[in-house]
Amino acid sequence: MTVAQNLTATSPPAPRQRFRFTPAALIWPAMLYLILTTQVPFFMTLYYSLFRYNLVDPTNRPFVGLGNYISLLTDPQNLRIVLNTLVLAGGTLAVTLILGGSLAMLLNRNFPGRALLRTLMISSFLVMPIVTAVVWKNMLLNPVFGFFSWVVSSLGGVPVDWLAQYPMASVIAMIAWEWTPFAMLILLTGLQSLPEDQLEAVRLDGASPWQEFRYVVMPHWTQAIQVVVLMETIALLQVYGEIYGSTSGGPGVATTNLPYFIYQKAFAEYNIGLASAAGVLTVILTNVLAVYLLRMINRTLAHNKGD
Amino acid sequence: MTAAPTTNVPPNRGSAAARTRIQNIVLTTVTYLIAIAFLFPLVWMMMAAFKTEAQAFAAPPVFAFTPILDNFQRALPSYFPALLNSLTAAVGSTILAFLLGLPAAFALAVYPTKRAQNTLTWMLSTKMMPAVGVIVPLFLLYKNLGLLDTRTGLILMYTTMNLPLVVWMMHSYMTEIPYAIYEAAKIDGATVSQEFFRIALPLSMPGVSATALLCLIFAWNEVFFALNLTTSDAAPLSVYIGSFKTSMGLFWAQLSAAATLTVLPVLIFGWVAQRQLVRGLSLGAVK
Repeated sequence: MTVAQNLTATSPPAPRQRFRFTPAALIWPAMLYLILTTQVPFFMTLYYSLFRYNLVDPTNRPFVGLGNYISLLTDPQNLRIVLNTLVLAGGTLAVTLILGGSLAMLLNRNFPGRALLRTLMISSFLVMPIVTAVVWKNMLLNPVFGFFSWVVSSLGGVPVDWLAQYPMASVIAMIAWEWTPFAMLILLTGLQSLPEDQLEAVRLDGASPWQEFRYVVMPHWTQAIQVVVLMETIALLQVYGEIYGSTSGGPGVATTNLPYFIYQKAFAEYNIGLASAAGVLTVILTNVLAVYLLRMINRTLAHNKGD
Repeated sequence: MTAAPTTNVPPNRGSAAARTRIQNIVLTTVTYLIAIAFLFPLVWMMMAAFKTEAQAFAAPPVFAFTPILDNFQRALPSYFPALLNSLTAAVGSTILAFLLGLPAAFALAVYPTKRAQNTLTWMLSTKMMPAVGVIVPLFLLYKNLGLLDTRTGLILMYTTMNLPLVVWMMHSYMTEIPYAIYEAAKIDGATVSQEFFRIALPLSMPGVSATALLCLIFAWNEVFFALNLTTSDAAPLSVYIGSFKTSMGLFWAQLSAAATLTVLPVLIFGWVAQRQLVRGLSLGAVK
């Protein structure tokens, strides 16, 4: 107390001058905005998650402590939803890495029309997710009139009701269609920064294509791959529009992930308390995964610098 | 040394060259086939936009048809209000994100301290906050403040979404300006605002346009906040297209026309800006 007072008393009076932009004054508006619109609502979510709170009866709002979390984590159906979230994100990530990586290698050659193809290939990433969902659901995956059913039956097969029989695989295919160009673009840029003479050198040394890939391309590619993994993981854990527009989480809860579950709890059942608790759990899950991936990236960067 | 002498011509050089050529043709063909398969859903949608409803719905599918514009005509009256909302939300949030983000990016780039690095990382970390972690209180707040179903409400959230991107990207562009230029300006007695308006901003203009383009695309394509914070008056294109999910889902041709009009601006933007896209999408990690 007295120390602080002494300090303020002895410090020189602030020079009276025209208001000047200090670095802090330039940074604060942006920080304040982000705090107000992300941190504050999150702490409110945290607060709501401790109450039994339904908008149908908003005046009756008893404190239940961790009750919402306990009912979330003990209902076996919810385990399925967490699993769906991880399968959806992990499955899509795997498909986009393999497809995007292959496409990146194919586009990293010289052939006529390469620039045009590269440009056109990013299209599906630019399409609004809900357009993807509605178009895929109706025009491609419809069991009777959909294009894929026509392909199957003209090949002599039985038409498939994709979204009913293979809901998760269909949704993954749809979202992978959107995200493959993203992986391709980042991985292609990563490949292009690989010096050509390095490849020439190992080829002259008689390396097989596999050895070339394993010992020259892969180590160089690691950073780009990790960027793809990190960015896609964060985005894919939050998939919502694609599910809203196609399966609405069904059949049953087969394609319900955490964001869609929270939407249902909050905006269909008005169960604010439970939705908030699920929101908190989603934030924790996302951050744990993201921090883990970031650490991995930093380790690789440090390792590469050490070379 | 066992390394093969490179000057010697291997005996089977001719056939090897032929094999490489065939391999090249095969790989190029495969590339084209995958590209066609990938573009097909989009092409199919755009084709349906020019069909009659019966043709769009036909099984087996119709490939040859006389293009008509009726679907666009029918979609336009409901498309325009949504377009206006989307444009307002996208442009408004981009401007606001730049107003807030540019000064911050400048300060962080020109006065790099340990704290500045932490601030940058923190700003980026707000992007790891899933929208579902904030939507419930936001919805209740919006309800109390009368912001539900307003364009202002959308602009405020899209700004949150794009602000870290603006700071991060513009910081990355502004640190590329040689520090000596700033120092020279300081010696000449330039104030902070002069440094910003005379040096940092003009020299990072390419970054501004690339980042703005990304912000516009992200805001335009956003679905979650749009669906949960707007219903009719301020409903942007994503909500409008979402309405085809149930009631209008059977009008495939009209849906396709509306969807084509919705994705085309972003497609053109993205194709034009594809070089900058990589840097923006990877937040500067891959250039």
